[in-house]
Amino acid sequence: MTTRIDTRFAELKKVGRSAFVTFVMAGDPDPATSLEIIKALPKSGADVIELGMPFTDPMADGPSIQAAGLRALKVGMTLKKTLDLVRDFRKDDNATPIVLMGYYNPIYIYGVDKFPVDAKSAGIDGLIIVDLPPEEDDELCLPAMKAGLNFIRLATPTTDDKRLPAVLANTSGFVYYVAITGITGAAAADATAVSGAVARIKRHTKLPVCVGFGIRTPENAQAIASHANGAVVGTALVDALKNSLDAEGRATAKTVNAVAELTAALAQGVKGAKQAAE
Amino acid sequence: MNIAKPNSYRSGPDERGHFGIFGGRFVAETLMPLILDLEKAYTAAKADPAFQAEMNGYLKNYVGRPSPLYFAERLTEHLGGAKIYLKREELNHTGSHKVNNVLGQIMLARRMGKKRIIAETGAGQHGVATATLCARFGLECVVYMGAVDVERQQPNVIRMEMLGAKVMPVQSGTRTLKDAMNEALRDWVTNVHDTFYCIGTVAGPHPYPTLVRDFQSIIGNETRTQMQEVEGRLPDSLVACIGGGSNAMGLFHPFLDDPSVEIFGVEAAGHGLTQLHAASIAGGRPGVLHGNRTYLLMDADGQIQDAHSISAGLDYPGIGPEHSWLHEIGRVNYLSATDDEALAAFQLLSKLEGIIPALEPAHAIAKVMELAPKRPRDHLMVVNLSGRGDKDVPQVGDILKGKTK
Repeated sequence: MTTRIDTRFAELKKVGRSAFVTFVMAGDPDPATSLEIIKALPKSGADVIELGMPFTDPMADGPSIQAAGLRALKVGMTLKKTLDLVRDFRKDDNATPIVLMGYYNPIYIYGVDKFPVDAKSAGIDGLIIVDLPPEEDDELCLPAMKAGLNFIRLATPTTDDKRLPAVLANTSGFVYYVAITGITGAAAADATAVSGAVARIKRHTKLPVCVGFGIRTPENAQAIASHANGAVVGTALVDALKNSLDAEGRATAKTVNAVAELTAALAQGVKGAKQAAE
Repeated sequence: MNIAKPNSYRSGPDERGHFGIFGGRFVAETLMPLILDLEKAYTAAKADPAFQAEMNGYLKNYVGRPSPLYFAERLTEHLGGAKIYLKREELNHTGSHKVNNVLGQIMLARRMGKKRIIAETGAGQHGVATATLCARFGLECVVYMGAVDVERQQPNVIRMEMLGAKVMPVQSGTRTLKDAMNEALRDWVTNVHDTFYCIGTVAGPHPYPTLVRDFQSIIGNETRTQMQEVEGRLPDSLVACIGGGSNAMGLFHPFLDDPSVEIFGVEAAGHGLTQLHAASIAGGRPGVLHGNRTYLLMDADGQIQDAHSISAGLDYPGIGPEHSWLHEIGRVNYLSATDDEALAAFQLLSKLEGIIPALEPAHAIAKVMELAPKRPRDHLMVVNLSGRGDKDVPQVGDILKGKTK
């Protein structure tokens, strides 16, 4: 089965460039603004959208993304409303892949049989669930695959060659390489180390490898994208959004543009990079 | 619920760390290789007589074990029913049962060559135990503690700092134990190469619930022997308080396969089960948090809810996965006690026995006050006095003077 993710990476391969993957939190700072933001992302140069599912206890995320999730929850965001958001986005855009990223508990409570089916029908293409390692594949990975969703696995600097095959076994769409051991928005990713890691993963899989955690600037994004099939930026965009809010944390006239402008600048960086050799 | 009873309640978890549907390993990929290493190291240590011998030496001469099994004569007379025995875990070095587990984990960390230890703590008892053993073995120690708990458990914060630990107040979320655990996990994800995460209760990803239970089972094993010596038979009932539930699991586990032994776990009902509380089994349902599936307090959308208890050590929206399983198969009865009931029990035990309990086991005593009078005089009841109340003296003093609620 070909998903929007497969199609998008095939297109990018043809033109010889890496993907720019953007992360924003669903419902941040409110559902209506959030929809405007995700609509603006492809127009500003995003190739793939990662949409965060708000959770109270995001143990692998830094303060920026945790705060974004709490802002969304405060205005009543739920998993169901996250699916609604994607359904609304799909009215105008049927090409940009959307990957949901988050933690397992809200999905577990929603129902592991129902969720993948509802997600697929809402127009979601893949899932990244931070706290579901391959050891827990039968929880959600297998039902998601059955429903036609890509299950995108994180590989990290601690995932050695012995473990990689297990991590890659049920992975599809792309592999998400976490450039640092740490939380989102922490240390800067080191392009040289990333280059070696991507090459190592590519010895085990034909899937595209995207790199995230620790990428903030267009220069950073360019350096990483030249070694990988994609660069993921989250915290920097979430920070740009936060800095546009008023004192009560509400959206202002600047909010959508603040995210769109940074997206455009980062996209320029990624597009300036030559894609890593296969 | 119709669930088949197992041949043994003591054989869990399975090789993937599951107790029924509970437990498991729900963590970020960065941590998985470490957790698998830890499992290997623990399996090897368990089978190594030298490890056991070294641990037994420290348990005897450093921790001060065995802890006494004390017949609470005046409490028994006052309640007028079951014969009440207190398992005196508060007499351990550092003042609680926490030291049993920390000693085990620190010795594992040393075997694994780790130099930096991190821990989370609610009331500070686990933090103090960790800081103590890090001092003893010359290891760097960082303790995450919710900012609210730093405030209400000052004596333990001072102790940890005196022992050379760095106490990190956590400002995120509800600023209590749950958030301290999130922060500790973030630290671990960041410093995987040299850091050992010393978890304080029977929760977290497999193998933590198992190894903490095993290290705490010394409580129940000693109780068996001591009760045989004093009364010539097994106790009839066991009572222990539950936050994550390590002192309870330690007392209960060696008795799970003895059908004659009634077992009661006491959760913190806070202001009451229809208001703010920390009773995950009474008021929660199964979900996934902090690396395991277990009963959790959450809303309809799976968002974790704030817990509340007068006792910082019980103020957690979850419970160890083995307890969730023991609840579902009906082997252990889970009850709850409110803040006010715990305060009354705190005062009663202090005045009748000259023992000031921590607010945590005061919850267990509160239920003993209900259960014991309904039992015959030859009924042998053991309550785990998991920690001493020194840390709670300022807080309870303020409450009794009407300064705070």
